[in-house]
Formats: sequence, structure tokens, C-alpha cells
Amino acid sequence: MNSSVFFDISAGAYIAAMITYIIYLVIRNNTVSLIASGITIFGFVSQTTALAIRWVNSYDFWMSSHPMSGFVEALLRGAPLRNLYESLIFFVWSLILAHILIEFKYKNRSLGAFVTPIAAMALLFIDISGTSKEIQPLIPALQSNWLLFHVLLSFLGYAAFGVSFGAAAAYLIMVTESKKEIPYIIGSVIIAIFIIVLVGMGIDFMSLSSAERAELIQSHFLKASLRSASGGVATVSWIISIAFIFIVWQLGLRLKSVLGSLNLTHTMLDEIEYKSIAVGFPLFTIGGLIMGAIWANSAWGKYWTWDPKETWSLITWFVYALYLHARFVGGWRGKRVAILAIIGFVAVIFTYLGVNLVLSGLHAYGSG
Amino acid sequence: MENKEKKDIFESIWDFLASVKLAIFVLITLALSSIIGTIVEQKAEPAQNIALLAKFFGDSAAPSVYNVFAKLGFMDMYGSWWFTSFLVIFSLNLIVCSIDRFPKTWRLIKTPQKPLSDTAIRSLPVKKELTFKAGISTVKDELLNGLKASRYHVLEASEENSIRLYTQKGKYARLAVYVVHLSIILIFIGAIIGIRFGFKGYLNLPEGSSSNVLYESPTKSIPLGFYVKCNWYETEYYEGGDTPKEFHSELVVIEDGKEVLSKVIQVNDPLTYKGITFFQSNYGMIPNAVGQVVLDVTPAGGQEKRIWLKFGDIFEIPGTGIRGRVHDFSPALTRDRATGRLTSYSDNMVNPAVAIEFIPPQGDSFVGWILKRYPETGVIPGGHSVKFADYWGVEYTGLQVSKDPGVWLIYLASIIMGISLYICFFISSKKIWVDITGDKKSVSVVVGGTTNRNRLNFENEIDRILAHVSRAIEGRSN
Repeated sequence: MNSSVFFDISAGAYIAAMITYIIYLVIRNNTVSLIASGITIFGFVSQTTALAIRWVNSYDFWMSSHPMSGFVEALLRGAPLRNLYESLIFFVWSLILAHILIEFKYKNRSLGAFVTPIAAMALLFIDISGTSKEIQPLIPALQSNWLLFHVLLSFLGYAAFGVSFGAAAAYLIMVTESKKEIPYIIGSVIIAIFIIVLVGMGIDFMSLSSAERAELIQSHFLKASLRSASGGVATVSWIISIAFIFIVWQLGLRLKSVLGSLNLTHTMLDEIEYKSIAVGFPLFTIGGLIMGAIWANSAWGKYWTWDPKETWSLITWFVYALYLHARFVGGWRGKRVAILAIIGFVAVIFTYLGVNLVLSGLHAYGSG
Repeated sequence: MENKEKKDIFESIWDFLASVKLAIFVLITLALSSIIGTIVEQKAEPAQNIALLAKFFGDSAAPSVYNVFAKLGFMDMYGSWWFTSFLVIFSLNLIVCSIDRFPKTWRLIKTPQKPLSDTAIRSLPVKKELTFKAGISTVKDELLNGLKASRYHVLEASEENSIRLYTQKGKYARLAVYVVHLSIILIFIGAIIGIRFGFKGYLNLPEGSSSNVLYESPTKSIPLGFYVKCNWYETEYYEGGDTPKEFHSELVVIEDGKEVLSKVIQVNDPLTYKGITFFQSNYGMIPNAVGQVVLDVTPAGGQEKRIWLKFGDIFEIPGTGIRGRVHDFSPALTRDRATGRLTSYSDNMVNPAVAIEFIPPQGDSFVGWILKRYPETGVIPGGHSVKFADYWGVEYTGLQVSKDPGVWLIYLASIIMGISLYICFFISSKKIWVDITGDKKSVSVVVGGTTNRNRLNFENEIDRILAHVSRAIEGRSN
């Protein structure tokens, strides 16, 4: 059985759910919000099925090349968390899981409009980054029992951070009085940059042949727009991008009245923002940093080498440690910590994608 | 007078080191400065980073920018004096602020909880009021039952016409944050032990050779105290492609002329002897090496026999009279698509193949290529089989060698950190007070409490307990 049909169904469902949630924000009809939740849950069930099928398939795939393997070993080696594609899919799955849990706990369906777009952006990123969707043979470095736990816990942590990002963004919009407030400016610019990078990659994708698409991240990243060899194209792209940032900054505050009229309160958003970090921080510390270090030690005899991936995960950890200390002992509240939650998630994305994307362009790190 | 001033200086240094402001400053500084080291390639050749800097500052400015950066320690940043100083300040801040705050927390834990009056309870952050048409002792019993069911250990005090219950749970969870801080310090200590008493290096061992030293750098060797020998190295590939499946080498430890240990190591599965661990790290071809071809020869229906050959050596397939001679070798045989000629597509042994010239007793001799990864290529007319097992003695195995006596402490500290982080975020320290006032017919109850986190859950818990108590009291009176 092939998992891709179920993945496609879930991707479609999440995008439909995102649109429905946004419609709900605008027309505030409860039936619409119920439909949005329904679509999300349908997508989640479909994606869970897809993950299970892919796990079974990669189990068989491992067994076919390692017929002497035991059941547990093949189960660990077959876990669908082994490359960029699979980990992003799992990120989306965790994010939607967290979203469903929060919806049930807080009996509030408006946050979906802020979380489903992150999922949709990740799905879009998977498609246009041209990353391979095939089940690939596992290279020797990845043949470790730590792989499953390291990636699993890291991505559950990332998803929790993603939720806190969504909550912090909504919080900032709700409490901002004037467009000139610095936290609002930082928040809106960051969100605009996310969208610009994604659209830029979409343009790369369309300008490339299907063979070149596999190399999009490594060799063609934003080369069709912002980093174009043609000075004209690059200049126009930069002007449009800056104009877009300006528009997001100008219009973002209009959402405030929409949010205000829903039963979302800023205390609830603040609480979701903190609680997600309270869940994400231990998961990320244990799964990301500690297990990563133990794995590195058992594979290469060095638990810490300050390589860019390690360093960026430490930077992420510093940002969230800062969040917790500023909030609990430093007396920072509200907008200032919300900005930290947003910066934290930017660091997460840079740790996962930026290190491979941007820094590998500067020098030759692998794309693993 | 002078004494007092000195004390003030000490106090202000202490307060500075214990301050949250310093913690926030150090965290921001460490985060921002760490970024530099991920952009500038660390411990690299100068030319590499000058080329990188030229992308930002232009070709003419790059060398002078490089010199400034090098002076600032950016080229080996994480070992630079200033980055190390920030790590030291970070540790001092952790230690001092923990010592500074600990006594207060300890007092909070150790001060016995006292009963509170109904007015005091009403001023608590979480409070509920209820009345019951039941006797005061019934209500007290059910409240005790309800709290006990939620695993509260309840104390009671009696006033004139009221009973006061008070209880707390999870008070030691307040210590978890100190344990998290301690675990970070332990990790630093573990790292220092590793740097001070351990070493990290590499060793490239050709097949068949041994060494009693490892190398920290091309010019600096460290004695092992024993010999380690590489019997063979091999890269295994997945079928139908050149994706490596496993890199492995057979290592033998030789001490005082005796073999004491032997293991086939692979990535993620090293060999450890006397605290020194050998990791499979890389591999390569020894320049200009001439090795021996290893063949597994089986006459049709007969026994397999392993033979070792140099170029030009003649062998015979046992009992057949067919002789053979190694004619040619390719580390990575392929057929060139354009010309149709056989050629090597890599200098590494990706697809090793050997050309054997077979000389039958009668008839013409013929040459056949036998590929290691495709044993079926070794079946020759007559059903005899010649398998190409290895071209031995031309590859070396690249080993990472390390001794780290601090690693156990790092692991221990990691476990402590994991557990204490969990406690820190998910176990709250809760206190509940109850005042029961009334007589044998009607009773009013005031319940209040405090928690250091997760107030919503705490309120739900109290609601659940009270709902349970109400049901039980109603059940009794019916």
C-alpha cells in the first residue's frame, strides 16, 4: 500500500482547514468553526494512517536490505523520521496534534487560524523545496537507536514552539495599540519575511526544471528572485519584498478588531504561549540537545564540537532559557516575552532549515 | 570604617553576580556571539575564510578584515579567551544566584504550614465557598476523605465552633530549578575533566598494519600503551546503487605481543579498550599501494578455496586444469556510455572489479571481469565459480580515537537535568486550607489554596474534590 495518497489527502485537508479557520475569523459563524475542526481532524486521521503505512513500508525496506535484523531493530531503523521530508511531515503532524489538544482543552476554535498556516507553510515548503519523498536507504551514520528518539522528541518540541509562536503572534496583534510599537514591528516583519522566503522559493520552483528542483535548496535558493544574477530582477524583488513587509506591518493590526470580537482573550493567548514553551523546552533539551550529544558521542566520540547545527540548537536553547528567566524572575511580561517566543521559533527554523540552507551555501556542510 | 566599605564592595559584586539582569545579559551575549562562529568557518585555512569574507566586504578589504577577526579570536571562537570568559561568567552567575536564592526557598519548604481563618482563606488567589445541610463532623470526614483520595496529607486544628484543615503537596518540587542549575555546572565540570585528562585524535591504519600511537595533529602523537591493528577495512553498498550501507573494519588489540581483543567496528559501534575508544570515521586509498587479490575459487560441485594472489601470479581451479592469472584491476568499474569502453568512475573502491585471464587446458585463453558486488559475474563456462572477495592492502581505515574520563559525569548530569526539568515544569507546589464552621445541622465551608504554577489545573482539582465531597454528603443524608 502506498502512503502518498493519504499524505496528499491530509495536506489538502490542512490547507482547506486553514482557509475555513480564516473564514471563521471573518464571518464568526460557529458552524464554520466546527467544519474547520472537522476537516482538521479528518486530515489528522489521514496523516496518521499515512505515517503508519510509511513506517510499515520502511520496515519492509530495511528488512529487504538487512534480512538478519530483528523486529525491534527494523522498527527503529524504519521509523519515518529519517530525512528532511519525513521530519517535516512529522513536524506538521505534531503541530496539528498540539492544535487539536488545545482546541479541546480551551474550547476555543480561533487559534486554528494561527496554527494551521504554519502547517500549511511547512507542507508548501516540502513541495517546493523539491526534497525527495522516496524511502531511501539509511546511511551508516543514521543507523543508530538514538535516531528515532532524538528526532521524535526534537520535533514534538519544535511543534510546541510552533504553537507558542502562533499564540505569541495573535497575542501581539491583540494587545498592540499602535503600529509604532517595537514588539509589533518586529513581529510583523518576521512574519512577512517568512512569507517572502516561501513565495521566493515558489518562484524558484516554477523557474526550474524538474531535475534541478531536487537541488533547489542547495544551489538555487532564491536565485530566481532576491539573489538573482540579473541586477534588475534582484532589485525589483527587493523593492516588492520591502513593500510587502510594509503592507503586512500596516494591515496586520486590522486583525485586532477581528480577534477582539472572538472569545479569545489575551490572557488565554499568553497562557498558551507560556505552556507550549513549558512543554517544548524540556522536550527540546532532552531530545534535541542531550540525546543529540549522546548520539554524537557514540558515533564519533565527541559529544560537542560546536558545529553549526549544534551551535544553533544551543542558541535556540538560550533564547527559550531567556524567555523563562525573563518571565519568571526578571519580571518581563506581555509583549516583551511574546517577542522572545517569536524570536525563539525563528531560531528553531534556522536550526532546522537555515543551517542547511543558508550556511551550506557559504561553505560545504552536508545537507543531512 | 574600612572594613565596612570592603564588605560593601563584596556585597555589590555578589549582588551583581546573582542578578537576573546579568543572567539575561549573558544569555543574550552567548546567543548572539555564538552566531559568529557558525558563519566564519572554525579552525579553517585562512584562504577559506578570506574568500568567505570577500563575499561580504569585497576582495580588497577581505584580508584586513580577516586579520581583525583573527585578532578577535573569531577563527577559533569557542576556544577564544573572551568566549571562555563569558562561559565562566555564565557559570558564576548560575552558582551565585542559586546560592543567593536557595535559603529563601528552603525556608519556604521548611516553615510548617499553619491553619488559616476563614477571612484569611477568602483572600487567597483560589477560593471556593459552600454550605451543607449536614453535621460538622460529617462534612469534616468527607473533606478529609476527598483530600486523601487526591493524595493530600491533611492536618487539622480545632477552634471554638470551627475546624480548620490544612495540607500541602509537592513542596520539594521548588528545589527542581536548583537541580537544573546544578546539572549545567556538572556538565561543565565533565567537559573540563574531559579536556584536562582526556584526548581526542585520529589514526589512519592501512589494512594489515598496526600502531601504538594516535595523532592529535600531523606532528603530535600520543602513545596508546598497546598496539591496535587493522585486519581489513570494507565499505558495503546497498544493492543497485552507490549508497554506502556500512563502513567497517576489523580491529585487533595487541598487548605484550598477545591478541587481547578483536572486534569488527562500524559507525555507531566502536571498540573500547582501557578507556580508549576507536570510532569508524572515514577511509581511503593508500597512494600507489599494490595489494593482493583475494579470490574464493569453487570448482563445479567442489569445495570453496580461498587464494591470495599478486599481479602475475598463476592459480588453478582445483581439479579442473583451468589456470588463471590476475590481469587488471579497477576500483570502480563501469562502461563509458559515450565510447562503450570500460573505465573506472572513482578512485575509491566503489565497484571493485578484477580482470582474470583464464587459460583452459585446451583451447584459447579468455579474459573476464569479475565484480566484487556482483558475484554472479564470476561463474565461468563449466559451472566453476571464481568470486572476487577483496583487493587487500590498498585501503586504510580512518579512526577517531578518544579518551574522555568526564563523559560519565556528562551522562549523569544529563539524566539529572531531564528529570529535574520535568519536575520543574510539571509538578507544582500546592497548599490548601479549609475552614469548616457550623453546628450539627448546617455547615459553611471555605476552601482556598495557592500554587506556584498551573493555577487553572489546581482550580479544576479543587472543584473536582469539592464535587466529590458534595455528592458523598448528599449520599449520606439520603
